[in-house]
Amino acid sequence: MANDSKFTNQKFKLVGTRVMRPDGVDKVTGRARYGADASAPGQLVGAILRSPHAHATIRKIDTQKAEKLKGVKAVITSADLPDFTGGEGELYNVLENCMARGRALYDGHAVAAVAAVDAETARRALKLIKVDYKVLPHVTDVDLAIKPGAPVVQPGVKTKDKKAAPTNVANVTTYGHGDVEAGFGKADVIIEKSYKTEQVHQGYIEPHACLASVGPDGHGELWVTTQGPFAYRNWCATLLGMEMSQLKVTSSEIGGGFGGKTHVWIEPIALALSRKANRPVKLVMSREEVFRASGPTSPTSIDVRLGATRDGRIVAADAAMRYGNGAFPGIWGEVGAMAAWACYDIENVRSVGYEVLLNRPKVAAYRAPSAPMAAFAVESTVTLMAEALGMDPVEFRLKNAAREGTRASYGPTYGPIGIVPTLEAVKKHPHMRARLGKNQGRGVACGFWFNFGGQTCADLIIDVDGTVGLSVGTVDVGGARASLSLIAAEELGIPYEEVRCNIADTASLGHNDMTDGSRGTFSSGMATIFAARDAIEQLRVRAAKAWGIDVKNVSWKDGKAIAKGKRKSLTLKEIAEASPNTGGPISGHSQVVADGAGVSFASHICDVEVDPETGGTKVVRYTVVQDAGKAVHPDYVEGQFQGGAAQGIGWALNEEYVYGKDGRLQNPGFLDYRIPVCSDLPFIDTQILEIPNPNHPYGIRGVGETSIVPPLAAIANAVSDAAGVRMTHVPMSPPRVLAAIKASRAEKAPTG
Amino acid sequence: MSSQPPPRKQIVRMRVNGRWREDAVADHALLVDYLRETAGLTGTKTGCDGGECGACAVLVDGVAVPSCITLAARCDGHSVETIEGMAQGGRLHRLQKAFHEQLGAQCGFCTPGMIMAAEALLRKNPKPTEAEIRSALSGNLCRCTGYVKIVKAVQIAAEAGS
Repeated sequence: MANDSKFTNQKFKLVGTRVMRPDGVDKVTGRARYGADASAPGQLVGAILRSPHAHATIRKIDTQKAEKLKGVKAVITSADLPDFTGGEGELYNVLENCMARGRALYDGHAVAAVAAVDAETARRALKLIKVDYKVLPHVTDVDLAIKPGAPVVQPGVKTKDKKAAPTNVANVTTYGHGDVEAGFGKADVIIEKSYKTEQVHQGYIEPHACLASVGPDGHGELWVTTQGPFAYRNWCATLLGMEMSQLKVTSSEIGGGFGGKTHVWIEPIALALSRKANRPVKLVMSREEVFRASGPTSPTSIDVRLGATRDGRIVAADAAMRYGNGAFPGIWGEVGAMAAWACYDIENVRSVGYEVLLNRPKVAAYRAPSAPMAAFAVESTVTLMAEALGMDPVEFRLKNAAREGTRASYGPTYGPIGIVPTLEAVKKHPHMRARLGKNQGRGVACGFWFNFGGQTCADLIIDVDGTVGLSVGTVDVGGARASLSLIAAEELGIPYEEVRCNIADTASLGHNDMTDGSRGTFSSGMATIFAARDAIEQLRVRAAKAWGIDVKNVSWKDGKAIAKGKRKSLTLKEIAEASPNTGGPISGHSQVVADGAGVSFASHICDVEVDPETGGTKVVRYTVVQDAGKAVHPDYVEGQFQGGAAQGIGWALNEEYVYGKDGRLQNPGFLDYRIPVCSDLPFIDTQILEIPNPNHPYGIRGVGETSIVPPLAAIANAVSDAAGVRMTHVPMSPPRVLAAIKASRAEKAPTG
Repeated sequence: MSSQPPPRKQIVRMRVNGRWREDAVADHALLVDYLRETAGLTGTKTGCDGGECGACAVLVDGVAVPSCITLAARCDGHSVETIEGMAQGGRLHRLQKAFHEQLGAQCGFCTPGMIMAAEALLRKNPKPTEAEIRSALSGNLCRCTGYVKIVKAVQIAAEAGS
């Protein structure tokens, strides 16, 4: 019973209410401490020298002058780090990305680092390091990288045949079922279209930052902004040859991550500098470094083929999806291929993901990684098909949407899911009936995300005054403490304010997987429920002991132990106060692999106005409808919906990595890489649906990521509607929209 | 490498959150570094180092400025207000209260700068329209909220009056 994760449809007293967050006052007063806000006695300042070349052999690094500069306490290069050459590939890749070994693979790749008494000295020391580069040809475009004769990024990488020549395609994965070609044979209408999306960055406002300290005894501490203190601990310890238990990692408050803080970038370097200098080292990225050398998402190039019968039934679907991975192999094309057709019930379906290596930074997760680009290509084509068939795009989607029992294109058979309800809600939404103004268009698109559970551990302590401390190992990216405190209070039957949620460090709690995959509330929520139920077991034992009866005759209700058949009860507070004399401290613990994450669907509606003279665009109205499973804290669920939509709007209309012919990033700053500002955006409306996840006691799915999946397509459909020309290249920046309008006019103009 | 003399410093007197301070400050020291490292006021954040994100916004003589592109020495003799000076006598300022209650902070990193920019607006324009709020905050980037609950928080604070 205690650890049964099945949905029970219980009535809630607290879950679903809009309480104040416990960390709110810290965040509005400046007391909250982020990655760069910690200091240690004797701390040094670290700085990293980065390659100005997209691709180069490093012949020699001369650090002598830098080492002799007064105030410099340590200089390191790859020679100071373990060499995993010939060993485990992923270890090699992660460390080589943190510090180049013999070759620089992208503009911004770290080649050396210093620790000095102050930032000024550190910067001067970097200028004294001489690196002898032999510049090599480079490639930064996904389509060019797969052409024969393209510069090879990783000579050791071969697609399948190990005897073949090296290639930039690190892996190819295929998903789907049925007979795709036979399916197209049955189609009355076939639409084929190619799409491209440019590389974008998560754009968290807090740059990567950490404070590392390794003593002469080899014990270390790391304070760091991260989505995964345990994962960072494991990576750093393994890369530096430390025992995991000798390195304590504490996650600071996190100033946004969105997937970009699931990977180590500067942390092993800070620890290595500290070990060499024998002093604490603070290392903080500049914004330029964040853009050039952290982990943006993939640029993509996707071909889609869709076949349907005249009555509006999709009979075949196929997608070839090339995802840029940056300079190191990843899984991004595969994830895109898995997500591509997940919204639909299709008999004959295929998607092929290609992992393409480029002289760009190592790609990291960005909120529902790989799914927005897949949805852009698929949902644009779905709308084109509806238009070709003369059907309403929402009706066409409803007719083909996945339902309970549908076999998903990536393998599993769905349980109860929310895509049909979100489409029905869109159909009924007043937004769909609002009149469009001049030069305005409307678009609709669906989105899917898997969500994730994973290893999770929680501790719940009952203090002697009857208040409760909850320790979890997922970080608070925007309200987790409030949601998890609500869950603990709900289980125990005590007021929300009497629970205090703490984000534990790696020395204080068992392993927790990273805070990714929209898993924070789903999995730490599950662990919290089980930890609370574990504590309740003990509270019942103490009450039974006090009454001298069998524990079987004691139940727990509304924060009280109640003796069966007798008018006796003891409150949690009373049991807690007596605990020193009834068996000592009372605490609950749970450790689970939180399986059964509920897949999540969303449908978005978007109105865009296009200026036909400039190609400028403005989103004038935006509505998000998404299935949350159960909204534990509706305000934060809305916040996730709105934030994801806003990031999607930026991606669709403005944001892109611009590389020059020299392979250097041209716009590594917020001035030229323009994320949406307050005056760019409309009010973003939200509608929360709750289709319970059968595999969570409260029905929780995950909510964080799905909201970024539909916007590229919803906006592309709206811009195409407004401009009268199909947009196939994201971002739909003014020059691209204007070029498309002009090309379309030229095509339509009478010749002669 | 011959040792170079440390960078030149001068005594700078600055009124920080109502109290005068006097510190030796390098000529090229930035206000944000002075506040965070010399005065220990880490509520002011560095998000971009180029005046592009607004996380470092503070008030200098009541006007919101990006402290990451302001020299500390330029503030000699002037009044600087940071997020730490907003709550008075243990009570949250109306903007802090509204951001807290309307959940205007998600990750919270942009929040101090956002509140300072909003304070500058409300001092100048106590009853701003939504468009005026959006325009005044357009130098402050937030990546979490889509600005919805931030705009709402400023509206609620404006209604609450000073």
